Amino acid sequence: MRITQGQFSFLPDLTDDEIRAQIDYAISKGWAVSVEWTDDPHPRNCYWNMWGIPMFQIKDGAAALYEVNACRKAHPEVYIKVNAFDSTRGVESMVMSFIVQRPSHEPGFGLQRTEEAGRTIRYTTISYATQRPSGERYSS
Amino acid sequence: MNKPVEGRITDMKERYKGGVLKYAQMGYWRPDYEPKETDMICVFRITPQEGVDAIEAAAAVAGESSTATWTVVWTDLLTAHENYQAKAYRVDPVPGTGPGTDKEQQYFAYIAYDIILFEEGSIANVTASLIGNVFSFKPLKAGRLEDIRVPVAYVKTFKGPPTGIIVERERLDKFGRPLLGATMKPKLGLSGKNYGRVVYEGLTGGLDFTKDDENINSQPFMHWRDRFLFCMEAVNKAQANTGEIKGHYLNVTAADMEEMYRRAEFAKSLGSNIIMIDLIVGWTAIQSMSNWSRQNDMILHMHRAGHGTYTRQKNHGVSFRVMAKWLRLAGVDHLHAGTAVGKLEGDPMTVQGYYNVCREGYNKQDLSRGLFFDQDWCDMKKVMPVASGGIHVGQMHQLIDLFGDDVVLQFGGGTIGHPAGIQAGAIANRVGLEVMIKARNEGKDIINEGPTILKNAAKTCKPLEQALETWKDVSFNYTSTDTPDFVATPTAS
Repeated sequence: MRITQGQFSFLPDLTDDEIRAQIDYAISKGWAVSVEWTDDPHPRNCYWNMWGIPMFQIKDGAAALYEVNACRKAHPEVYIKVNAFDSTRGVESMVMSFIVQRPSHEPGFGLQRTEEAGRTIRYTTISYATQRPSGERYSS
Repeated sequence: MNKPVEGRITDMKERYKGGVLKYAQMGYWRPDYEPKETDMICVFRITPQEGVDAIEAAAAVAGESSTATWTVVWTDLLTAHENYQAKAYRVDPVPGTGPGTDKEQQYFAYIAYDIILFEEGSIANVTASLIGNVFSFKPLKAGRLEDIRVPVAYVKTFKGPPTGIIVERERLDKFGRPLLGATMKPKLGLSGKNYGRVVYEGLTGGLDFTKDDENINSQPFMHWRDRFLFCMEAVNKAQANTGEIKGHYLNVTAADMEEMYRRAEFAKSLGSNIIMIDLIVGWTAIQSMSNWSRQNDMILHMHRAGHGTYTRQKNHGVSFRVMAKWLRLAGVDHLHAGTAVGKLEGDPMTVQGYYNVCREGYNKQDLSRGLFFDQDWCDMKKVMPVASGGIHVGQMHQLIDLFGDDVVLQFGGGTIGHPAGIQAGAIANRVGLEVMIKARNEGKDIINEGPTILKNAAKTCKPLEQALETWKDVSFNYTSTDTPDFVATPTAS
């Protein structure tokens, strides 16, 4: 499977030039850029690991792309995403987020159903990857 | 220019001697009045009956929407009556109407209302005053509430949207692009199981949301509980298939509040992140469901079913920009606000005006978009506008150019009508969306290059190719009935 979180998961994986163009767009808007990675891509996992703190008042997209590649080198078989953050009053939240690396095999998710009264079903989404300890999840 | 009319009678004996006076004489026309920061200001478009003076008509609207009745009453004197009288203070002829045009003479009447006239936090009370009696008033052939300036002090008496755009995105973990949705079709007749199938296919294909239509409640072909159960199976399965958060707007519209709460509680118990109501449930029910949604972390989707009966005709009713203001105050998270390019009424600039009402922290006066007043929302949460009705992926560049990122684009027929199936339809829409956002961010001129960008993406995406081919010639180019009337005047530098 292919996890479709983020802005561009339905497109072919972005090249470094394409990633740079998106980062430049964020910089042109005055947004902070950050890099995050995880080996638990559960849809409710909203706290990925931060690769350093967000880059505030960044001038050059190359610096952010450098961090993407440094993160890739340190963590070759995990999910990595690039985010942009807008601190404008009334926004103060993420305004961009797209995946820039995936593990070579994406095992995906299972759905566990617990049947209850009145035909109600409780659902639990299970990330197959997390059935192995962190650090061993995407090694083949 | 305003003609001189018989003005306010200030001599108290004369004013209260009994009988019938003109509304202007009673004090509802006050050309010297400076609206206060705490006043509610309305602009009405009025068409007076033959022989009725425009100023007297404006004064009558002020009178009938506040304290007046048809005759003088001495009991006014028991009150600080001048405070309770609404005051018409400005009347302008509407450009493009009257002699020499094909339209009857119309006027914009500006009326100010003291804040004491309105109960805090009650749209029901606001509407009972502002649109309660005046629209059936005989001296007017027609009247329309065009726009409204809500004073900051009154804005702060409302809680507004239970979730708002920012929190909705954080809950869904979706940023930097419009959300994609689809209304389930056919609107009526599917069983719960078949209906859930359409939801499942759409969400698994790549939509963020699917939606009940306005008239899906609990009919013989599909009981509401059945629909909720099958839809939540579909939502959860699609979530596991894609690793993305999904949702289905479960319409809880019902005959009474008790039943609406019952349905909303069941939606919550099944883990739904969003419910839906129709505008026709009425203001009080809307505010109640907004309170319920706030207490239960639920996104509240508003389908504006029925609004066209009073928003569409330019000479009579209530403009949708006013409806949008009231709905933001009343507290909804999603609001259908038009597409400009789809099958339903909407001049592009006018529709952008509605979007600004939903999404901006402060609306600047913008006559070209139909906004007559500055409106400070004092940090009230923002409403996510929804573009729905006869749109398809071939218009993606236009939609993104018109509306930006904070919008739900709903392609119902444009998803489910795809010749290769519903998943293919969803994929086509999602690919079209992502490729256009990517191109815009890269600095491409999407309005001109949009069709080429889509065509290039279609080379490696069969579903997109089929979608573009299927709907290539579909557009709805009809003249809009509701457009702003103003003459641009150069500002002195």
